[in-house]
Amino acid sequence: MDAFLKYLAVFVTGGLLCVVAQILIDKTKLTSARILVLYVVTGVFLTAIGVYEKVVKIGRTGATIPLTGFGYALCKGVFKAIDEKGFIGILTGGVEAVASGIAMAIFFDLVASFVSKPKSKNS
Amino acid sequence: MNLEQKEYSKLVEKHSGKSNVFVNCLRAFLVGGIICVIAQIYNDILPFSEEVSKVHTTVFMVFFGALFTALNVYDNIGKFAGAGSIVPITGFANSIVSPAMEFRSEGRIMGVGAQMFVVAGPVLVYGISSTVVVGLIYFLLTR
Amino acid sequence: MAQKVGNQTFVLDRKVYWREGVCIVGPKEKEGPLGKYFDQKEDEDFGEDTWEKAEARFVSATYAKLLAKSKINENMVDCIFAGDLLNQCIATGNGLKKTGRPYFGLYGACSTMAESLILASLLIDGGGANNAVCLTSSNFASAEKQFRFPMELGNQRAPDAQWTVTGAGACLLSSDNMGENCPVIVSVTPGKMVDYEVKDVNNMGAAMAPAAAFTIQAHLSDLNFSPDYYDMIVTGDLGITGKKLCREILKKNGLDIDLKDCGEMIFDPETQGTCAGGSGCACSAVVLNGYILRKLRENALNKVLFVATGALMSPISTKQGESIIGIAHAVSIQNM
Repeated sequence: MDAFLKYLAVFVTGGLLCVVAQILIDKTKLTSARILVLYVVTGVFLTAIGVYEKVVKIGRTGATIPLTGFGYALCKGVFKAIDEKGFIGILTGGVEAVASGIAMAIFFDLVASFVSKPKSKNS
Repeated sequence: MNLEQKEYSKLVEKHSGKSNVFVNCLRAFLVGGIICVIAQIYNDILPFSEEVSKVHTTVFMVFFGALFTALNVYDNIGKFAGAGSIVPITGFANSIVSPAMEFRSEGRIMGVGAQMFVVAGPVLVYGISSTVVVGLIYFLLTR
Repeated sequence: MAQKVGNQTFVLDRKVYWREGVCIVGPKEKEGPLGKYFDQKEDEDFGEDTWEKAEARFVSATYAKLLAKSKINENMVDCIFAGDLLNQCIATGNGLKKTGRPYFGLYGACSTMAESLILASLLIDGGGANNAVCLTSSNFASAEKQFRFPMELGNQRAPDAQWTVTGAGACLLSSDNMGENCPVIVSVTPGKMVDYEVKDVNNMGAAMAPAAAFTIQAHLSDLNFSPDYYDMIVTGDLGITGKKLCREILKKNGLDIDLKDCGEMIFDPETQGTCAGGSGCACSAVVLNGYILRKLRENALNKVLFVATGALMSPISTKQGESIIGIAHAVSIQNM
């Protein structure tokens, strides 16, 4: 039961973050690129003021997998690097924290684009 | 024949189709939630420490986002789920692979290489720049 | 020589015959409500490896089909008026580069079919040419790539968004009917550009609706016609939303017209997921040269006012926040 509740928290947190974006898309005609930018930047600032850490405690991947979580990882990485390395951490921390995700995205996406062709849509 | 600008704007507003926000939100909620739960399950079965597992999970989800895009499936998920498949990191991967695939006809360098970040580029630009700003403030406050 | 009547209408002096019309469409169009009126179906990629090459193939195949069906020697084509949606009309250029006939590339967005009909009929009426080809094309995938998003990007279509028609339509206008009974182009009304500050690229019907209403009203008042003069007044690709808007504007100005719209007729939004309907240069071109030509030949229609509509914009103007310019050209086609 306890495990179920934990997964439910993941589901609800992730779902709600998507619902907010859906309302923005439907009501303001924001394109997906703008939504993603908005989410990352929001994630960074919510983490900086300490709010997002609490959301992650409850929602776990429900909070880290949405793009706000990408901002969370960036921000946490910067703070950690500053604590460890001082000033230069401002520049190294963010990218270091998300390096694996970006490298994976670039490399696998490159391979994918070589082997796969876009298909037209029917509806 | 005359038509006032303001009058027409009102007319457009009146006749524009409305999205079914409730149904769209429900779908976004379900798909977005399921994607996160899949990530959590994967995360929980990994034998690594919490920090390392988290990184593995992100990479795993990026991989699947790219894979389903390459299999010509992700756009169909997106049609159903809307933001539910845009907001998770799988959607970020989708936004990189889809232009890369689309522009492969323009060559590997200026096509695939340059167009890959047409949607995801701004995410990195503003994501990283905002951490520099936030980091600078943090640095000044903690000295 | 054509006579200018009223503010912007030209009444043709000679008979300009619509000798033949052909169209080739994609699979989705063939499955649509007007499917049986289209001559040929090809896949969206037409066996080519890029969308742009595919669109050029649609152009060249449609041109070849037109020559074959109208049984004229290519040397008798005095000039070609053609265009598409891609940058610098390159699909048309590539599709027609081997024709060896004089060529004018036109850009009127989705109004290009009517624009080409107007120019070709005025040229023939003036005695400068005997045979002219009008041809336009569009392709769903190449248009999405240029104006919207990559094919595989997972996002939803907005409710007023329109679906670019894949295909090409072409016709042969001629000063000579070769003894056959052909519909005749009687008068033309080139439209003016209008801008009502519509900036939503997912609602192009709204940007074009005022232009269509103005052109229809100008045509009717220049010639002193009542709307019942025509059996059918058909707009190009206003779509469901745009048609509603256009009717409202006309109604406010005292014209209650039962408009038809090629974009609305070509797809079934319920089963085909096309939101507000079809669009693209090919939309009005295939409906005109498939469905409407057939109905004129069967005498089910005798007087048609064809009003192709265009939304003038580019991906750059959109990003810079410019509004979408609407335009509509009218061509009056009648059985004599």
